[in-house]
Amino acid sequence: MADQDHDQRKDGMVSRVWHSVFPGPVIPTTDRERRWVVVNTLILHLRPAQVPVRTLPFTHTFGLGGMSLVLVLMLFATGMLMMFVYEPSPDAAYASVTGLQNDVLFGNLIRGVHYFSANLLVVVVLMHLLRVYLTGGYHGPRRFNWVIGLALLLGILAGNFTGYLLPWDQLSYWAITISTAMLGYVPWIGEGLQQLARGGPEITHTTLIGFFTIHTTVVPAVLIVLMAWHFWRVRKAKGVVVPRAEGEVIEGKPETALFVPHLLTREVALACALAAVVVVMAVGFNAPLGAEANPGMSPNPAKAPWYFLGFQELLLHFHPVVAVVLIPLAAALFAVVLPYLGYREGIDGVWMMSATGRRSGALAVGFAVVATPVLVIADAMGSGPAVSATGLAGLLPVVVVAAVVGIFVVVLRRAIGAPREELIQAVVLLLLAALAVLTVVGIWFRGEGMALVWPWEVS
Amino acid sequence: MAAPNPSNGASTRRGFLGRLWMWLGGLAVLEGTWITASILRPRPNRVADDDAAVVVAGPVDRFDPGTVTAFPAGRFYLSRLDDGGFLALSRSCTHLGCTVPWVEDEGRFVCPCHASSFDCRGEVLSPPATRALDLHPVRIENGIVKVDTSTTVKRQAFAPSQVARS
Repeated sequence: MADQDHDQRKDGMVSRVWHSVFPGPVIPTTDRERRWVVVNTLILHLRPAQVPVRTLPFTHTFGLGGMSLVLVLMLFATGMLMMFVYEPSPDAAYASVTGLQNDVLFGNLIRGVHYFSANLLVVVVLMHLLRVYLTGGYHGPRRFNWVIGLALLLGILAGNFTGYLLPWDQLSYWAITISTAMLGYVPWIGEGLQQLARGGPEITHTTLIGFFTIHTTVVPAVLIVLMAWHFWRVRKAKGVVVPRAEGEVIEGKPETALFVPHLLTREVALACALAAVVVVMAVGFNAPLGAEANPGMSPNPAKAPWYFLGFQELLLHFHPVVAVVLIPLAAALFAVVLPYLGYREGIDGVWMMSATGRRSGALAVGFAVVATPVLVIADAMGSGPAVSATGLAGLLPVVVVAAVVGIFVVVLRRAIGAPREELIQAVVLLLLAALAVLTVVGIWFRGEGMALVWPWEVS
Repeated sequence: MAAPNPSNGASTRRGFLGRLWMWLGGLAVLEGTWITASILRPRPNRVADDDAAVVVAGPVDRFDPGTVTAFPAGRFYLSRLDDGGFLALSRSCTHLGCTVPWVEDEGRFVCPCHASSFDCRGEVLSPPATRALDLHPVRIENGIVKVDTSTTVKRQAFAPSQVARS
């Protein structure tokens, strides 16, 4: 313990230095020391000293938040190593990446770990968001932490997107061309936004140096601050939401277990397992690298990074302003206000709010999985491949989709008698499932000229 | 903490100085924003120098009517219409910015990314593109065709006034 006064005059130099660095126990042996370690260690201090026992089982959180942190740390480590080799200029970037892969010891593996961590991170973070949503972890004291989480999601997407350009191969060059060109459809300020993103009218060295700087300084700095805030808010909310059955009232303080060793051991075990999975993936598969970027030749088809393909798919069906501006803005606004909508008491911690909530949620997902491909195919058959209608006719798809969602909600209320918050939940799940289906369509069912094809026909 | 001042805070020296610091802080934030914005401001990609941006395509009779010639370095196509007029078409698709190749056999530009196509005047033949290909101004001086690539003219559709004639 810190207050256990070591008689420093009797200790040697080594002991004095050691105790100046570690004033307390390094390996705690009593519960009192375990608590002390958490409170008095800089990093662990972000975590609670004790957590409710019922939040410990893996199947409550699936360790998704912790997994996100592990992936971010792996990204930092591999990213720092690659920065010693990478050269952010159009003339040298591609050669420095192939040099990293061919001439640097484990360079290929390091790039692979970075690539797979980054892509896995998007998946894991979205699943984390879904878990928090389904267990009702966004009520009461956790409301604002939901918003911080959304900001983290934005930061992670920004990191992925800016990193996508850096290899300067055909894949990255054209994906960034298309994604930034989408900004051009924003009314009035579109061209300005597009030029701001590119650092000029076209994708050049200015774009590359801008993306590189955002990727290697702005994004990591923002992520570190937001992650610390995010974890600290979890501690302030007395750990993650406590799971419970519908109608169950938890009286008084929930039974708790010490963070060290009960939660920390689980987290370290999961971290090791995840790191092993990522390294095995990187050993088994190479991070993709196409031919060097050639501004004179577009590949067919040219696709945005996979996590934006749902939006690129929207662009094939809706008026550009609807697809690029209205839908993403409305979705973002909806996500931010979600915790503030006003819910009945006592639904936090109940899986999908109630039994009817689970039923209506499952119906919503099933409905979206069926209806979305039907609408996509109907639009493709009705108007030929890849038509984006403009003018008033461009509003027709919006009306159709709004009508389909509206009818579904009305039917849900009449048939199941789902209360308001469960209707909101059903709509959230419906939209998320629809976006997932659109992303799948964009990745695996769009071939040459963005025509609908089977996955084995996608080149 | 100082004892609360019974009189109106604005009229005291302490209140005035506090207010002054607040304004100065706001000014510092504005200044920081201004500096950041001016660093992030998009810069023109190509040399602003007129001589470098003007591509000398060649004498008028080198281009047969009804042909399209690519100028990869200038990132444009020089299209000579059947009536002998010239158009310099940007090679960036107006849909999402892919580079459109000229397909000689079909006599049209076909975008490889999303299958938009354009005729030799840059007019949209098939969507998803909604606007005709962008133009660069063409000047014909002493029988020599010159294209100013520093300027890009956006347009909805083809109009006869866009054509340069010798």
